[in-house]
Amino acid sequence: MQTRRETLKHSAVVAGLLASAGLIPQQAAAYEKVAFDAKTAADVTKALGAGATVESKDVTIGGPDIAENGAVVPLTASTTLAGVKRMLILVEKNPAALVAMFNVTDAVEANFATRAKMGQSSDVYAVAIMNDGKAFFAKKEVKVTLGGCGG
Amino acid sequence: MADPMRIRAQAAGDKATVRVLMSHEMESGQRKDSAGKVVPAWFIQEVSASLNGKVVLTAEWGPAVSKNPFMQFVVKGAKAGDKIAVTWKDNKGDSRTDEATVS
Repeated sequence: MQTRRETLKHSAVVAGLLASAGLIPQQAAAYEKVAFDAKTAADVTKALGAGATVESKDVTIGGPDIAENGAVVPLTASTTLAGVKRMLILVEKNPAALVAMFNVTDAVEANFATRAKMGQSSDVYAVAIMNDGKAFFAKKEVKVTLGGCGG
Repeated sequence: MADPMRIRAQAAGDKATVRVLMSHEMESGQRKDSAGKVVPAWFIQEVSASLNGKVVLTAEWGPAVSKNPFMQFVVKGAKAGDKIAVTWKDNKGDSRTDEATVS
């Protein structure tokens, strides 16, 4: 017997697979809705069509060890690798893991900083997706003393 | 119409560091108001930056980016006097473009 929750989960997975195969037309022209709805870091990279992610010391994630205010957590993502297509910033325990995705061109360095909301203490990831589909990540734990999602 | 962005671009050598501060509510869609109803999500979805009219960076954001978002990136080959323009578009279709000169 399948619960409703399981059914929903499965259909979400199937939808993700279809979208990555390009079978479902995206609503907004370029917006990667599936990736932004994905709950875990692994689902995000899968939705973007990247292979298994490997930890790499050439990718760096920057952020505070302890964030006093989860509504504004400064995070940086950078890599020294050549041939980067996208840089992602992920927060594992947020309602949706993907925070921001930067499409890297030849004219910019793969080095970005922004500020994110975090609901609770969690691992944060910087993921570099290469032109050949490989993906590398770095992770760091950020402790949050006051959550940023909710009242 | 949203408030203007604050853009600062500083050249150092053959590249320029661009810092952008946007003015946006960035409602996550997770919060509830006093009546217990979920406040609908309202956030910047797409951001693009261009150097002298040529797009150098596009980004896609989720609702987890902080209120009044900050973004920093480094443009190669930019020198003092070049124009940096930044555009954002939110999930309600509102958008804004602002321009700054590299110093």
